[in-house]
Amino acid sequence: MSYAVNGNRPVFAGLDMDIPRGRITAVMGPSGTGKTTLLRLITGQVRADSGSVMVAGQELRGMRRADLYVLRRRMGMLFQNGALLTDLSVFENVAFPLREHTDLPEQLIRQLVLTKLQAVGLRGAAELMPAELSGGMSRRVALARAIVMDPEILIYDEPFVGLDPISLGVILRLIRRLNDALGITSIVVSHDVQEISTVADVVFLLSGGKVVARGTPQELQSFPSDVVRQFIGGLADGPVPFHFPAPDYFSELLAREDA
Amino acid sequence: MKLIRELWESMTESLAGLGSVVRFLLRLVAASPRAMLRLDLISKQIYNAGALSLVIIMLSGLFVGMVLGLQGFQLLQRFGSEDALGTAATIGLVKELGPVVTALLFAGRAGTALASELGLMRATDQLSAMEMMAVDPIQRVVVPRFLGGVIAMPLLAAIFSVVGVYGAQLVGVQIMGVDAGSFWSQMRAAVGLRDINEGIVKSCVFGVACSLIAVYEGYYATPTAEGVGRATTRTVVTSAVFTLFLDYLITAAFL
Repeated sequence: MSYAVNGNRPVFAGLDMDIPRGRITAVMGPSGTGKTTLLRLITGQVRADSGSVMVAGQELRGMRRADLYVLRRRMGMLFQNGALLTDLSVFENVAFPLREHTDLPEQLIRQLVLTKLQAVGLRGAAELMPAELSGGMSRRVALARAIVMDPEILIYDEPFVGLDPISLGVILRLIRRLNDALGITSIVVSHDVQEISTVADVVFLLSGGKVVARGTPQELQSFPSDVVRQFIGGLADGPVPFHFPAPDYFSELLAREDA
Repeated sequence: MKLIRELWESMTESLAGLGSVVRFLLRLVAASPRAMLRLDLISKQIYNAGALSLVIIMLSGLFVGMVLGLQGFQLLQRFGSEDALGTAATIGLVKELGPVVTALLFAGRAGTALASELGLMRATDQLSAMEMMAVDPIQRVVVPRFLGGVIAMPLLAAIFSVVGVYGAQLVGVQIMGVDAGSFWSQMRAAVGLRDINEGIVKSCVFGVACSLIAVYEGYYATPTAEGVGRATTRTVVTSAVFTLFLDYLITAAFL
């Protein structure tokens, strides 16, 4: 599969991945390798230029908008900042997909929403507004909203960014529990090597628009590749350069401004 | 040579912009029938755009009417025809000032609120989240706001005109001493259905234009603090210029 931004800045060229059903798959890689773009390709928010993207046995390229919306009802996505609807309460946020897509009676909606909120430990916060929640709490509410339609595929975009250790542990455990209890196929995009290693079944390491390594977290620790060693070990310089491309340092320092 | 090229480039750019606004409008119209089934969403937006603008619309209407009463009285007095004050003020309000000033105020209050709200929803991924939940944000969020504005504008313009006429009466009759009987009777005799229609057509067209500009700018705002700010500014400026331009066109068409 290949994809380029606006047709000229290639992000992926010949990317080939298969994400196992019912497992937790982590997608890691340095910033700017297109991890989030990959999620947008999987969810059909952007379309691949060539090749194919198959989700749950269906080809996304060239899929009609209406069919895509039907497919998306089987997916849940957790956005980096939660992306809760700010004009609705926590309860209404979680109830939102149910109200939009089903004609369930109010009593049943209430039960479904409260069960999901209980699962993320925020049943007591049902009446709060999103602005009253901490970062970790909004992400948990967003998670409850993502699972309220019982999706087959759950996608997490950088779920650990900016969380304190307690919230982080809570989210990690939720990811594992949801996967085990519901058999959901989970895709986690993250660059927190330590955290993700504790829950992922399979890890893909992306760099330069390609998969450079694939395996269990343990296998990746001893993967014979400089890029992988640099990334897992957190080394500043290596195959992924520390410096953004720039002209020669000394000549730029010594050059006169008007030159 | 450079000037001509720049002119040409800015012209093609604005034409392309206009084209994408029109395409956006067609998308809104296509999504409208299904969105109209959600009356609760639309009525909430009519409340936001209309009811919440009532105070500034009525206050402005009152003052504009009072100024008309004062200026009109001074002018008509020179020709000894103060009795025509009711007619002059009403025609001015219903045909011109009502729809135009309402549209300008609407752009400043409701338009900016719409644009910044949609821009922030884009910036905080709320629109993407809706798409991911298989909910079309155009249908769920944009169309109700657009329709709310379209419906609220003619109502606001009508209220503006009514309050304005009262303001003109307040100054003309109560303070300057124009005869109340001739103020009202001359007005009723001279103001025709055609004048009212012109006002209604104008306020409907301005309602579509201002609401469209606001939701378009907000929906396509660059998802940063600066981008949302710029979208809000552009909403006011573009709405004002378009309102005055369309006003001329409609006035000419009604002659």
